Amino acid sequence: MIDFVRNVRLWFAPEEVRKEGSTPDYRFSLANERTFLAWLRTALALIAGGFAVDQFLPRLPQGWRIGLALALLGAGVLCSLRAVDHWVRCERAMRRGEDLPASRFPAVLSLLVTAVAVVMVVVVFAGWAA
Amino acid sequence: MSTGTRPPDPGRDPGLQPERTRLAWRRTTLACTVVTALAARSALHGGPSAPGLAVTALCCVLWAAFLLLAQLRIRALARPGPPPALAARHATAAVLCTVAVAVCAAALVL
Repeated sequence: MIDFVRNVRLWFAPEEVRKEGSTPDYRFSLANERTFLAWLRTALALIAGGFAVDQFLPRLPQGWRIGLALALLGAGVLCSLRAVDHWVRCERAMRRGEDLPASRFPAVLSLLVTAVAVVMVVVVFAGWAA
Repeated sequence: MSTGTRPPDPGRDPGLQPERTRLAWRRTTLACTVVTALAARSALHGGPSAPGLAVTALCCVLWAAFLLLAQLRIRALARPGPPPALAARHATAAVLCTVAVAVCAAALVL
């Protein structure tokens, strides 16, 4: 958590990232940037999923609809914040010549998406049966 | 098949890294456009209302901000010479646009 707070400062202070170590090959930086953008797209897709649940499942009970939509929107916010955090940490690791940071986030996100998908299938089938 | 081979242009990256990064920014802007369209649809679904129009306008501003960020980055990548690394502020600004759109979405859902 303390690491996270220190990283938040780095999000806004590019000079501090550049102070450390040596500049890596620009191709590695661009690859890191593309990974960041891919995570940002994932976040946007989750947000779009939140909108889709809200708009295209109008017959869902209100509580379920709002709950599922907010879960997807929350996952989107988490994913986008983590995208920039991971980008900063990778950038710093490359400058210092360290290993790239390992992360549990992809596993957590995929479990969350699985849970939302299962709930959605169950709720939609229950809606048909009723 | 030696007719097609030419000495490579020394200024060109054989891995097309700047081009791929440019297209990644384009794809991400497209995703942002889709989310903005969904937001507008959601906000104006039951006929135009003052809060609905306000949220739509806010989402359009956020979309324009994201487009501007992408455009600035694409221009920086297109300059001759090795492309500069992405600035942390630039990345954070793009993320904050995304988070703000999600907050708009939560306001529309509730």
